[in-house]
Amino acid sequence: MADAKPVERPLSPHLQIYRPQLTSITSILTRITGNALIVAVVLVVWWLLAAATSPEYFATADAVITSWFGDLVMTLSLWAIWYHYLAGLRHLYFDAGKGLDIPTAEKLGWILIGGSVILTIITLLLI
Amino acid sequence: MVQLTLPKNSRMRTGKTWPKPDGAKNLRKFQIYRWNPDDGENPRVDTYFVDMDTCGPMVLDALIKIKNEIDPTLTFRRSCREGICGSCAMNIDGINTLACIYGMDEIKGDVKIYPLPHMHVVKDLIPDMTHFYAQHESIMPWLETKSNTPAKEWKQSIEDRAKLDGLYECVMCACCSTSCPSYWWNSDRYLGPAALLHAHRWIIDSRDEATGERLDDLEDPFKLYRCHTIMNCAKACPKGLNPAKAIAEIKKMMVDRHV
Repeated sequence: MADAKPVERPLSPHLQIYRPQLTSITSILTRITGNALIVAVVLVVWWLLAAATSPEYFATADAVITSWFGDLVMTLSLWAIWYHYLAGLRHLYFDAGKGLDIPTAEKLGWILIGGSVILTIITLLLI
Repeated sequence: MVQLTLPKNSRMRTGKTWPKPDGAKNLRKFQIYRWNPDDGENPRVDTYFVDMDTCGPMVLDALIKIKNEIDPTLTFRRSCREGICGSCAMNIDGINTLACIYGMDEIKGDVKIYPLPHMHVVKDLIPDMTHFYAQHESIMPWLETKSNTPAKEWKQSIEDRAKLDGLYECVMCACCSTSCPSYWWNSDRYLGPAALLHAHRWIIDSRDEATGERLDDLEDPFKLYRCHTIMNCAKACPKGLNPAKAIAEIKKMMVDRHV
């Protein structure tokens, strides 16, 4: 007779053991940069609201945003914008059914990473 | 649902280290996932040493050697040993592939072997494929016709037949689906790369007359659109097929029929 109580089967390991791929990393980075930018936008809106509120409040907000930590957050956000923008373009290209073979997809992945860093540096030099 | 960690009963512990074979000079270390449904314990990772001088070149050769000479309780599926049956799909060195056609010379360091990821384990390296097969069945993997059956056969031009290349070769090993993070988190509703590749194979078959119904069935936020083009599927496929491309083609057809 079969045992009435079913065996509780374990779930095999997944994230713990799967080797990160260039395509999977660039994919998850798209999501991470997108979500991080929501926080950055809230910060910028708060800065603008402070400017519309009072000079004292703006001074406080401006001090936070232009502190070394604020600079770090804004620089990373700048990179996130470029990365997310390029990743969005790649998604459009993918959705047209193009660039989906592994060599091209991986080349595009390196372009995302390299391109976003280069564009960030160029932007920093211009502003 | 996204759950990054393993449930309590699935966490792995360090298992047994099996004795080295006598007199072997060229030893290679294997770390293999074990789970026995009968002992009520958590899964463990056992360590084995295999003499490479007397072992074949493929990972499956080593698994069979371990089973024959070291530990007969090690359990795994295998059949054709030439990459056509799809039985020996497992996670080797961090990537899903077929043990029979994956050479050990492609692996640096110790050989780590786990069952296909995010699947319920039947025993050791054997995952439960019930749900995966049910999803395959759900896409109607057969020719659907409405016309009267022809006297001889359903004819197809050489050009139309060529459209099935790169799709019909799938051996249903599940390497692609179980490599996909989207499938890990949503396999209850997302069909996954393998089933969708097959769906595309039937959608574009010139002899099939249920294209509309097939597309209707896939027009669903989860069944099809949980594919985020992560591309682990195409990277993993041991047959060199490209499920990501097949899914993109279905998405394109969805747009085309609305404009």
